[in-house]
Amino acid sequence: MYILFAVLSLGALGLGLGFLLGAASRYFKVEDNPLIDEIERMMPGSQCGQCAYPGCRPAAEALVAGEAPPTLCPPGGKALAEQLANKLSLELDLSGIQDHVPLVARVDEDDCIGCARCIKLCPTDALVGAPKMIHAVVADACIACAKCVEVCPTECLKMHPVKTTLRSWRWPKPETALAGA
Amino acid sequence: MTLLDIHALWAGNGQKIRGGVHPEPRKEATTDRAIDREFPLPPMLYLGLQQHVGQPAEPVVNVGDRVRKGQLLAASQGLISAPIHAPTSGVVADVMDYPSAHPSALPSPTLLLEPDGEDRWMDSLAEVDPFSLSPEEVSVRVGAAGVVGLGGAAFPSAVKLNLGRRTKIQTLLINGGECEPYLTCDDRLMRERGRDIVDGILIMMHGLGCQQAIIGIEDNKPAALAAMRTAAEDTGQGMVSIAAVPSLYPMGWDKQLIGYLTGKEVPADGRATDVGVLMHNVGTAYAVQQAIRYGKPLISRIVTVSGGAVGAPRNIEAPIGTLLSGLLAHCGYRPDDTVRYVMGGPMMGDALPHPNVPLVKGACGILALTREEVSQANAKSCIRCSRCVTACPVGLLPLEMMTRIRAGQLEASLKFGLKDCINCGSCSYACPSEIPLVHYFKYASSELLARDQASHKAEQTRRLAEERLARVARQKAEAAAAAAQRKAAAQARAKPRASEAAA
Repeated sequence: MYILFAVLSLGALGLGLGFLLGAASRYFKVEDNPLIDEIERMMPGSQCGQCAYPGCRPAAEALVAGEAPPTLCPPGGKALAEQLANKLSLELDLSGIQDHVPLVARVDEDDCIGCARCIKLCPTDALVGAPKMIHAVVADACIACAKCVEVCPTECLKMHPVKTTLRSWRWPKPETALAGA
Repeated sequence: MTLLDIHALWAGNGQKIRGGVHPEPRKEATTDRAIDREFPLPPMLYLGLQQHVGQPAEPVVNVGDRVRKGQLLAASQGLISAPIHAPTSGVVADVMDYPSAHPSALPSPTLLLEPDGEDRWMDSLAEVDPFSLSPEEVSVRVGAAGVVGLGGAAFPSAVKLNLGRRTKIQTLLINGGECEPYLTCDDRLMRERGRDIVDGILIMMHGLGCQQAIIGIEDNKPAALAAMRTAAEDTGQGMVSIAAVPSLYPMGWDKQLIGYLTGKEVPADGRATDVGVLMHNVGTAYAVQQAIRYGKPLISRIVTVSGGAVGAPRNIEAPIGTLLSGLLAHCGYRPDDTVRYVMGGPMMGDALPHPNVPLVKGACGILALTREEVSQANAKSCIRCSRCVTACPVGLLPLEMMTRIRAGQLEASLKFGLKDCINCGSCSYACPSEIPLVHYFKYASSELLARDQASHKAEQTRRLAEERLARVARQKAEAAAAAAQRKAAAQARAKPRASEAAA
């Protein structure tokens, strides 16, 4: 008889606490920092890994944690760096990425054996072709992540600096002889 | 009260004009010499495929083809573009990258034409009565003749005529201002070929369907004013009038001239057609007349060759594609005295690193300037004297924009109206500290454009990456589904066999 009391009271206690915990986990849920989601949406999302983080979300987490500078993303360029700095209210030093020469991958058609390894790896589908056919790079889609260069067995994929044309030429910043300014 | 004041600044004739500077004209070297039409054909012509605003032209001839003068070499592509024609008869030597008439002198696709010296026109040349053509036909023919704005902007004229006809403009303004120092090509053209210009204006009016045209000429060109008055009286049919405008730089800016002559202010991000006006240069009017009446495409232009280092400065009617160095040599220039080559006028023109670039349709002048003529560009600190503010014809605050650009706050300079800056150079000219203000504005504009392009690319990259991930997931799901189906089919095959075995 007594054992029934013990079983019922402990059972009721367990059930009540269980409901309490369940309700608490639903209503007092600790959400992820929404800033991380926002930052992730601003990033290119190609998971290229040029920032030395395994993908865009880890990079966004590092940015929010203050472990990475806003200039971490080479494909995003100055525009993204400026947006990130604005979002996170960070000081922005653009001089670091000013020196960055834009690169683009190119296939040396004499050496390409059509192994199609690069095609599978390209995060933006910039590599076109088919197995046993010579591959080519769509320059406009290439983000210069150089993943294809690493995987190419014949070293026919190489990064080349983008040639300046009349359309991509920019006025240089005027060098003023302003003392102390 | 202030509202009234602002309005008064823009009201009609004889009233105050906003901003402007008075640079030394320096036109006397070339203004009294007739246009030189005896320029010898150069051994090679370099025809850039991108001489105009918009899409580059696409070659329609092959290397080695023999072409006649006026024959189509490269056709226009897209809505805003202009074709290129052979300036003389000869052989197409090559299509290659050649330094272009641009401040960077970077190579761009260029068609090389080797003249054969015969200068033979194509056979299909015939004189037509322009007024028997329909208005649409006029702009079609202007477009086919490769006519672009010859005042310097090189915007395809046919596009402008179409826009004017669609928006039913009331007034055609003809820009004979030529407010840039040194340049006299429009001045000479008005003096020597006034009747042809008036004829061209009447043709454009026919194409536009408007009844009024005003030619604005600066009052420091009395001979051109007199010549154009006579021409307008003789052949203008009472529809073309001449207006003298004060000599003030930048009077040739379309919004300034429209404001002065019609009393209407063009909105900041609007076009001249928004106030019922269309503006063309006198040189363009002449080119239109040649194209429509005689069927001659735009293959040559009048260009001022001047500057302190030029021994015999003059205006030359030269074929498009002539090397600027050839033009300078023809006028006896001294390379050793030249410290700067400028294409266009000294206020808005582009400094060229070297003169071995071809003449383009939009080039009104080539200047070889000596050390005395150029600023030494030792910029000093801004003293906030606000002379640039007084000089700005747009009503901007150049010093505030410059300060922000120098500090790297390009977005902030946009709020001060960087987009409205016309790069006229009045502020740089007025600055007592010799700060290259316009250079800052050009730098900032091109930098902002580059960032826009970069963020556009980032957007594209994200789209590509998302599509790829979706595709990979879909392929995986499809593979899984196919595997499941195969498994089910295998089981279905196995079951009857099992039941048969059991039976």
